[in-house]
Amino acid sequence: MTLEKGLLNIIITGVGGQGNVVASQIFASAAVRDGFYVSVGETYGAAQRGGAVMSHVRLSEETQYGPLTPEGRAHIVLGFEPVECLRTIGSFGNEKTKVIVNSRPVYSIDVLSGVSKYPAVEDVLKAITELVYSLHVVEATELAKRAGDPIMQNVVMVGCLVGSGFAPVKVETLREVIKETFAKRRPEANLKAFELGVKEIKRTSPL
Amino acid sequence: MSYVEIDEPGERVLLMGNEAIARGALEAGVDFCSGYPGNPASEILEALARAAKKFDFYVEWSVNEIVALETAGAAAFTGLRALTAMKNLGADVCADFLMTVNLSGTRGGFVLVTGDDPSAHSTTSELDTRNYARFAEIPLLEPATTQEAKDMTKWAFDLSQELGVICMVRTVTRLSHSRGVVTLGPIKRDKRSAEFSSQDVWTSGSSTIECMFHSILHEKLKRAQEKFEESKFNWYVGKEDADFIIITSGTGWPYSLEAVKLMELENEVGILKLGTTWPLPEKLVASHLKHAKEVLFVEETDPFLEQNVKILAAELAAEGVGPIKFYGKKSNHIRGEYGAGTGELNVDIVIRALTETKKATYPLREKEYSEKAQKLLGSYVPARSMGFCAGCPHRASFWAIKKAAKWDGREAIVTGDIGCYSLGLLPTGFSVAKTLHCMGAGIGTANAFGNLKDFGLDKPVIAIAGDSTFYHACMPALVNARWNGSNILFVVLDNNTTAMTGHQPHPGTGVNAMGDSSPRILIEDICKAVGAEVRVCDPFDLDEAVQNLYEMLQNEGVKVMIFRHECPLAFPEEKKARVYVDQDRCLGDECGCVRFCTRVFGCPGNIWDYEKGKAKIDEVICNGCGLCAKLCPVEAIIVEEVA
Repeated sequence: MTLEKGLLNIIITGVGGQGNVVASQIFASAAVRDGFYVSVGETYGAAQRGGAVMSHVRLSEETQYGPLTPEGRAHIVLGFEPVECLRTIGSFGNEKTKVIVNSRPVYSIDVLSGVSKYPAVEDVLKAITELVYSLHVVEATELAKRAGDPIMQNVVMVGCLVGSGFAPVKVETLREVIKETFAKRRPEANLKAFELGVKEIKRTSPL
Repeated sequence: MSYVEIDEPGERVLLMGNEAIARGALEAGVDFCSGYPGNPASEILEALARAAKKFDFYVEWSVNEIVALETAGAAAFTGLRALTAMKNLGADVCADFLMTVNLSGTRGGFVLVTGDDPSAHSTTSELDTRNYARFAEIPLLEPATTQEAKDMTKWAFDLSQELGVICMVRTVTRLSHSRGVVTLGPIKRDKRSAEFSSQDVWTSGSSTIECMFHSILHEKLKRAQEKFEESKFNWYVGKEDADFIIITSGTGWPYSLEAVKLMELENEVGILKLGTTWPLPEKLVASHLKHAKEVLFVEETDPFLEQNVKILAAELAAEGVGPIKFYGKKSNHIRGEYGAGTGELNVDIVIRALTETKKATYPLREKEYSEKAQKLLGSYVPARSMGFCAGCPHRASFWAIKKAAKWDGREAIVTGDIGCYSLGLLPTGFSVAKTLHCMGAGIGTANAFGNLKDFGLDKPVIAIAGDSTFYHACMPALVNARWNGSNILFVVLDNNTTAMTGHQPHPGTGVNAMGDSSPRILIEDICKAVGAEVRVCDPFDLDEAVQNLYEMLQNEGVKVMIFRHECPLAFPEEKKARVYVDQDRCLGDECGCVRFCTRVFGCPGNIWDYEKGKAKIDEVICNGCGLCAKLCPVEAIIVEEVA
């Protein structure tokens, strides 16, 4: 697969505690094995405290790019949470952006305290479709529960990303990386979560 | 095994910037490493600690940054290769030793890595530590990529050893916490022996000796400058005699390159990328100032290169160089959301600067699209403030402080400190804390707040600090309070780890950096030795916690309340209790509690069931602490212990 202008910008977005860093790390490691130059820019500070987090994963055939994607230049947004997905698209999306989102909301403390209102998920999804090329909606947390633990929604979503064919990283390479990364932390369950994601995206029609 | 430890030269692996720095140290054959955790630098020592046993070298988390620099400095005196890593504000803490060890010099390679945090993602200051290199007159390297982070760290040891002076490597959040492809070199294991002969004297001297050492330091810096003129970490790309050049360092380099490429300005704009930024490689810079009519500076935080290059340009003016128009922070072309010299760089900032200075155009997103996006975001994207995690004992501690202060009724002043509990200033900590500065400043400032009765300020004072912060910076202020008769209540939130920075051990945990068991130095023992009234309790025993605080607030002198409960992220319970809402018991909006559990208590595990109009627990998020069950006025929240 040849990348348009030799570069593919993927942004993984969600809430602190959802496993953004692990998701970008396993995907990026696999991309390096498949021969790409890869740069990953992470948000760390808020990671454990429920803030909005993003990982920019940039694949290139030619050169090592910087860690941040310029405004409006995301090719793919992988959203772990609907509102965070829309927030990221607001800054980095364009009409050609392809989006995969986990439909399960994570309420912020501002919402819980009544300062802000969490919109209906359908409205958020509709807003996303107005801004991008395609949107795949996945119940990744439910799939992760089937694999053994809802926390593994991040691995399900990586499965969706790779299974979608939007990114030129091989399913087999990711399998290897997952086996190594989770060697001591439930390798079977994580692999199952990944496979569920790969399968799910193939049978999901875009909105 | 981590990629940091793979001994396969030539292998291409994905490394975090901080891991790349650690790898550079391994390839340099480091012997002694020290540091104190702090974002964005924590992972450097963590990666080294994991590798220490395998490659037979020493790593310690020191109690604070100055002790870290002193231990590493001593190791370097004996001929060992030593590294100290810390965050930007840590450089402040170690500055005292830095300003003398630069003069005394060292024998083994001695490298100080400082992690700056432009945009202050997880810091209380954007402080630019490059100023310390100029201040202390020591060589400074600024890596721009993960590959350079490794290569420069390795070279910094050679440079330091050759010159006999400490070298500084400055990284920033966007490098430290980014990942990139790094081609590995061989790991070096020269087993060095530490030597301290009877002839050895290590000092910055005083009087004429100090001046002599100062002069020697200047000579060392001159030699560094000569080496920097030839350094492979500096280069120029673009049109040879370009009128318009960018001078950049660190992450400014990839951003500048991408901006120039996107704007198709490669044939007009030259980029001088500098990796060795103090002392400035003046000849190299001069050779490019000679052909430039306009210069744009792209660098993180302060106008450091900008000022130093301008001084050079002023000197060169007599030789016919210039006039040159300079753009950057001073001209307000490189600016963040809050103005020049604030916020971190990115490609868009460079694009905007080039658009304004080159009168170039760049196809941004269509205005219509951006407007539509903004409108949709405005309608559908609620704020997401940071908060304590579900099950965090700090939530209980702050609730107890709020409640005890209310019972007391004298408007207690609460001073905050650095750690997860810095969030005590925010609604998640019920906005209890009212000050926040550097490590230890909570109890330091409380010393005075509790000693201003003669000036008419007579309110109870509560200082807060975490356990790791207690050892780091609170002990002198605690002694001071007792010595000078301050009237304070010091609340230590002891969660048995350094949670904020990723769960590193500290002197109270009974473990050291390399995972070996170590003596536990108990906070209560230290406080008792100072002569303070000390009590210990679990903040989840809420009634007892509030009662203790209230009683201590009524007592004179220095009181210490230790709230002890392990961080559930660092020490997850194998079986957590199931917490759920008995919706038949919950009265919903009829209760009169005004949705206490979700609106006031603010735990992300407590959510509202809009369909039923009742409270609910998000069991994916809930950590099972059960604190909300103790606070629900109608006892509708049930805690089911798992057998």
